[in-house]
Amino acid sequence: MTVPFDLLLVQMVNGIVSGMILALVASGLTLIFGIMDVVNFAHGELFMLGAYVGTTTLVVTGSFWLALLVASVTIALLGAVLQITALRPLLGRDPLTTILATFGISLVLQNYALWQYGPVARKIQEPFTGQFQLFHVEYPWYRIVIAVLSAVIIGGLWLFMKYGKYGIWIRATTQDRIMASAMGIPVPLVHTGVFAIGAAMAAASGVLFGPLVGVNHAMGLDFILKAFIVVVVGGMGNLGGSILASIFISLLEAFASIWMSPAQAVIVSFVVLILTLLFRPTGLFVPTPK
Amino acid sequence: MLSVQNVHAYYGKSHILHGVSIEVAPGEVVGLLGRNGVGKSTTLKTIMGLVRPSEGTIAFEGRDIDGMPPHRVARLGIGYVPEDRRIFRLLTVIENLRTGLDRQGVTDRRREELLEKVYQRFPVLRERRDQAGGTLSGGEQQMLAIARAIMLEPKIILLDEPTEGLMPRMVAQIREIIGVLHKERVAILLVEQNVPLTLEVSSRIYIMEKGVVRHHAPAAELRANNAVIHQYLGI
Amino acid sequence: MTARPPATGYWIGFFVVLGLLIVAPLVLPAFWRRFATEILIWGLLAMSSDILIGYTGMVSFGHSAFFGLGMYGAAAALLTVRPPSLWLALLYGLVGAGVVAVFVAYFATRLRDIYFSITTLVFSQIFYVIIFTWTEVTGGENGLTFSQPPLSIPGVWSGRFTADTLHWFVLAIVTASYLTLRRITQSPFGMVLQSIRENEPRTRAIGYHVERYKIVAVMLSGLFAGLSGVLYAIQNKFAAPDFVFFLISGEVVVFNVMGGMGTLVGPVAGAALFFLLREGFSRFLTEYYLIPVGVIFTLMVIFMPQGVLGLLRRPLNR
Repeated sequence: MTVPFDLLLVQMVNGIVSGMILALVASGLTLIFGIMDVVNFAHGELFMLGAYVGTTTLVVTGSFWLALLVASVTIALLGAVLQITALRPLLGRDPLTTILATFGISLVLQNYALWQYGPVARKIQEPFTGQFQLFHVEYPWYRIVIAVLSAVIIGGLWLFMKYGKYGIWIRATTQDRIMASAMGIPVPLVHTGVFAIGAAMAAASGVLFGPLVGVNHAMGLDFILKAFIVVVVGGMGNLGGSILASIFISLLEAFASIWMSPAQAVIVSFVVLILTLLFRPTGLFVPTPK
Repeated sequence: MLSVQNVHAYYGKSHILHGVSIEVAPGEVVGLLGRNGVGKSTTLKTIMGLVRPSEGTIAFEGRDIDGMPPHRVARLGIGYVPEDRRIFRLLTVIENLRTGLDRQGVTDRRREELLEKVYQRFPVLRERRDQAGGTLSGGEQQMLAIARAIMLEPKIILLDEPTEGLMPRMVAQIREIIGVLHKERVAILLVEQNVPLTLEVSSRIYIMEKGVVRHHAPAAELRANNAVIHQYLGI
Repeated sequence: MTARPPATGYWIGFFVVLGLLIVAPLVLPAFWRRFATEILIWGLLAMSSDILIGYTGMVSFGHSAFFGLGMYGAAAALLTVRPPSLWLALLYGLVGAGVVAVFVAYFATRLRDIYFSITTLVFSQIFYVIIFTWTEVTGGENGLTFSQPPLSIPGVWSGRFTADTLHWFVLAIVTASYLTLRRITQSPFGMVLQSIRENEPRTRAIGYHVERYKIVAVMLSGLFAGLSGVLYAIQNKFAAPDFVFFLISGEVVVFNVMGGMGTLVGPVAGAALFFLLREGFSRFLTEYYLIPVGVIFTLMVIFMPQGVLGLLRRPLNR
């Protein structure tokens, strides 16, 4: 069965675009797991609430970029509050407790959104419309911009982590929380900070992704599942791995949806997860530990 | 300056410290000897705030520090060099040093000075400054661990078995470093299995057994008469 | 503690509760009667989950898959075989759940903790997607409807269920399941499971084949979960993909935590508590009852992780 080249091309670009957004969400998730062993079930809801805050800001100010900023900051604050109230007391306890706690939080946030915003999906207007010629096909500019922006944000995160005093704090705390503390690094603060950063990234993804789909209270659910899969496939706590895995899985799904419906294409990510767990459980892109 | 009074501590359900009392005056080098498992490391960890005392008090420069989180204890001026060095393996040497260097209230100039001082004392660290900590040899990692603590400009350093697993040449270097720190009036609480070294550098020595201090004497005394040492350490 | 376990106290409590449940349909208005029956069914699901979470220490977010397969299995039996047979529905449902349990069991032995939990979550989603999209067979989004089979004891009696007899039938099955599970958890087998929960490496070091125990635990858990799915199908006469969605698994975990893990009855109490809270909050907040319930659940995870009946875990396990 021959597939038109145009379709393949479009799907490839689509895959990369979704992959970058997924990478943005997954990076926060894997960062949080790496530093405090917390599997943040509520991450999808932070993504969703970011999108909602984005819609409201957009309505009020008319500026997409302002919406992006306000959403990131607001949700970062929300994240910090959640971490301090619900997750700090759980530090040192069984990691399964944090899954349960964050699951409870996700239930609350989801239904809160349903309550506040109602069940009807909202739309975020793209900041600019217009398409360009990608070979023989018209491709929306906006999508490319999303991918670039996501890459920029992730790049910024990487730079922040590599240089800069706080980057060292974060990396040190991730490697050895106890010695970091003994070196005077305020570990509880670092934890809150990283959670806030993760939340901000999720919120930013929500706003960026908003124009592609409708914004509704359940949009976090699909994303969280995919994000978990990506984090496991990429290697938990491995930033680079989760980015590669995001793009890899999104590309596969994009190609798969040429033949199946998008609802079925998700099976691809499930299969990748299962195969990874069976054969390379530490992560697909992680060298197997000696 | 540092006063540990009747401290009890648990690891989970095990009662490790049964009322430990230790004093360290400013600039002193105090040794802590004892067989394996008597609670020497736990004592250091409890002072540092890594283990919470269930009873007793720990005071530093007049301030109660028992129950304080480790990062605050460190900032008050207590440095810690743990038993297995525990340098940050994925951070470079300079980044390891920076974890202690990047502090509030330290001017850039002072940072340069401290860094230069440490590089002079440990030239190998200057050589390897951009290498990941995990690639250093055991002895080099020990140097790094000590240097890292020095970055905090501490008033006292808790040294846990610094010579363990080191070649004699490195042990000599450690002795030298302790001497230099002492000259700069940095107090040291030294936990060691290497008895001769401890006898040589310390002014006073505590000997622990089963979670309490059993004997306490000036080092000179113990140097002259090591019957006590034989009794508690069996060597 | 050297005192003899309060066995008599336990049995008195047991029979009192049982008695209340038997009498319930006769004294309660229709709505609450149904409510009671549903609590029993969800309670059974929560109980099955407790085997994994409470006794073996494996948090499964995949119980909706077992439940769903039980439900759809029963549906298959009731739609394809004429005349509709209760026992065939039970059989198909259990087989369906059993097949899923085999898959999950395989992964249970190879994955620990978080990876296991995420994988079970993914499993329930896999089934959700299959059921949701395979419209020709499963009815897709709309699910399947069918009629209730008669209660027939071959050769002895056959007759339609009434709301009361259905309740007693469910009660009988749930009680029998509870007693069976209780027997199992009190047995040496159950002790090994708990030892795995406490300290898996040590259990392995002592010489137990941890993998085999985990496989059996998963199979048990899956089968009883499937059973609850069959009961639900029979009571409600429909099967829908919503019940396979992973949020249902999440709710089951909520029952477990709120009621008390590792007690078997705790999760049933947790289910009852959840539904009562839902009823209560719905009066004021309509569909948003999950907000306060979610808050309560999260607070319980942090401050009261042993659950409502958790304090009774020791005595309940005698």
